[in-house]
Amino acid sequence: MRFNRLLSALILATAPLATPVHAATTITWWHAMEGVLGDKVNEIADAFNASQDQYVVKPVYKGSYSDNLTATIAAFRANKAPAITQVFEVGTATMMSAKGAIYPVHELMKDTDTPFDPNAFLPAVKSYYTSADGHMLSMPFNSSTPVLYYNKDAFKKAGIDAPPKTWNELGDDARTLVESGASECGLTTAWPSWTQLENFSAINDLPFATKANGFDGTDTRMVFNQQPETVAHIQQLADWQKTHAFEYGGRGDDGTKRFQSGRCAMLTTSSASQAGIKDASADNFEFAIAPMPFDQEAINQPKNSIIGGASLWVMKGQRDEVYKGVARFLNFVASPEVQADWASFTGYVPITTAAFERLKQQGFYDKTPGADVAINQLTRGTPNDNGRGLRLGNMPQIRNIIADALENAFNGRDSVPEALDNAAKRGNAQLTQFQQSVGQ
Amino acid sequence: MTVFERHRLTPWLLLAPQLVIVALFFFWPAFASLRQAFYVQDAFGLGERFVGLANFERVLATAEYWRAAGVTLIFSIAVAAGAMGLALLFAVLADRVLRGSKLYRVLLTWPYAVAPAVAGLLWLFMFDPVLGVLSHGLALIGVHWNVHLDPTQALLLVVIASVWQQMSYNFVFFLAGLQMIPASLLEAAAIDGAGPFKRFATITLPLLSPTAFFLLVMNTVYVLFETFATIDNTTLGGPGGATRTLVYKLYEDGFVARDLGSSSAQSVLLMALVGLLTVVQFRYIERQVQY
Repeated sequence: MRFNRLLSALILATAPLATPVHAATTITWWHAMEGVLGDKVNEIADAFNASQDQYVVKPVYKGSYSDNLTATIAAFRANKAPAITQVFEVGTATMMSAKGAIYPVHELMKDTDTPFDPNAFLPAVKSYYTSADGHMLSMPFNSSTPVLYYNKDAFKKAGIDAPPKTWNELGDDARTLVESGASECGLTTAWPSWTQLENFSAINDLPFATKANGFDGTDTRMVFNQQPETVAHIQQLADWQKTHAFEYGGRGDDGTKRFQSGRCAMLTTSSASQAGIKDASADNFEFAIAPMPFDQEAINQPKNSIIGGASLWVMKGQRDEVYKGVARFLNFVASPEVQADWASFTGYVPITTAAFERLKQQGFYDKTPGADVAINQLTRGTPNDNGRGLRLGNMPQIRNIIADALENAFNGRDSVPEALDNAAKRGNAQLTQFQQSVGQ
Repeated sequence: MTVFERHRLTPWLLLAPQLVIVALFFFWPAFASLRQAFYVQDAFGLGERFVGLANFERVLATAEYWRAAGVTLIFSIAVAAGAMGLALLFAVLADRVLRGSKLYRVLLTWPYAVAPAVAGLLWLFMFDPVLGVLSHGLALIGVHWNVHLDPTQALLLVVIASVWQQMSYNFVFFLAGLQMIPASLLEAAAIDGAGPFKRFATITLPLLSPTAFFLLVMNTVYVLFETFATIDNTTLGGPGGATRTLVYKLYEDGFVARDLGSSSAQSVLLMALVGLLTVVQFRYIERQVQY
């Protein structure tokens, strides 16, 4: 007891020594990066804090992307919003339309005289966070894109030399894998809507929704159900489901387990899942990464895929002093050094050309085979109306609706066209509701 | 009389802490939700518009709402019947155990201490289509277990997890009820030649009816509200909405779609439904209860 009191007296006495002479401005950063990614986020903040003494960035982990968005909205309503918050790509439309709540990054950079060049970012990344009038509203942070993972051991066993390039080839390979007994199942997928509908549409140059997938206005409506190629693609997955050439593995990243356990020989999921898959499958088998297959009936030269991940949004309601620090910090985050380190560590793609070049120079892509698949797939060609991304309100719920439809199609409750039509109808109700709620 | 008048303030003062808590955490949110049900608002609360009953019309016009209502009905009956039936069976058995009865009672009460989210995860691990122990066991006997796609299996999973949770609560009450039945009544019946089943049906069961009635009300509330975490941690309402109950739909619309108007309208409807059910239970089922 006496010792404790002595200790606290000591702490009190030395406390003033620990704080700098002039108080640094605190910048709160809410994020959704858990585990090793969270540690890396703290590392980035520490590096920034050590580089200068005017500002202190405090990263706070708030749970999942959805939790963080809910927390940010609740905090904003109580006038306690953080200076910076990380919002997943599907929350972009919600954030963009909240004009009274966000401080657009391009304005922030201009107001604080901070150098900022939107063209430094990869086109597919830049376009996702750029408004209809050509301004970048948030700062890209972690971007990924779906790729095809395949089990090299199973492929060898089945006598297949190279990964499939098209969906037709993939179908043949999946059949061979299952029939030869090399694996119990051919293909599975994580993030079913993102990989099998959203990216399928972009890669094969098919519209997902009208108005350039919502980039040209909130009066957008679903059209994925009216594309014969998209419907045929889901139909072939439903057919393959019966022979185990394809196995639906659940929502979110649940499907990954079917690949990690060696049950399915192929998996479509985020390029950023690489480290996790390596950890879990290291003892069982070797895997490699290939580009997402394309539909040769729809297109000869596949287009760019679209991104997933998240960006950093600046919230209104802070002091000018804070915003100066925020601008400086965002500039730091986008620097080639930070981005190259972040990308090589996580499997997210480098979001700027400079960071990409830096990684190339460091020999990262030579040392890590497959690491360049994602970025090459993202940067091929110039993104057109079908390939800039999706800017749809209530997109997280639309993904749930699409998961519903896929499940009902794969378990035979509905036919594929029925299921997709119903998803489009329910999705349109979401879009109408969003349009009304933001008053546009 | 005069004595009471002098203390007009005291009872209110004594009640105040509880009243403040109820007002703050129940009435205020409930009224806010009631109000919200008549407005359309964006997620950030930057603007809102009065829309009258449009939110209710929108909710009631969607096929998914009625499907969720159907799922809720099946789910409620299965969970309430399962949790009460099994609890009664175990309570009767535990009541008759002579040695180690305390251990049995503790073990049977245990699951109630497990948070619903954890219960969901426990069952999910066992029944995971790829990694689950029980899924492998089922595969050996020729059952293809896949809760990601099979609606019946998915519903069964959430029913099992919820029954397992709620059974303990029911068990405690049934056991207490059983122990309050005077042994002399049962002995007298036995002397008169009534067998164990006859004694159970004509003496035990009627005397347990107040407990059973109370549990029916409590289980209904449990199924309608507290099973949310179990569903959220196992099936997420899938496959294709097969396990999406009313409360899960309300959550999805409110926190995933951020459609506060629709979500509030649904919570008002749910509140009305629970109120109605409770009234019905007190009106019609309580008549059968013998106190």
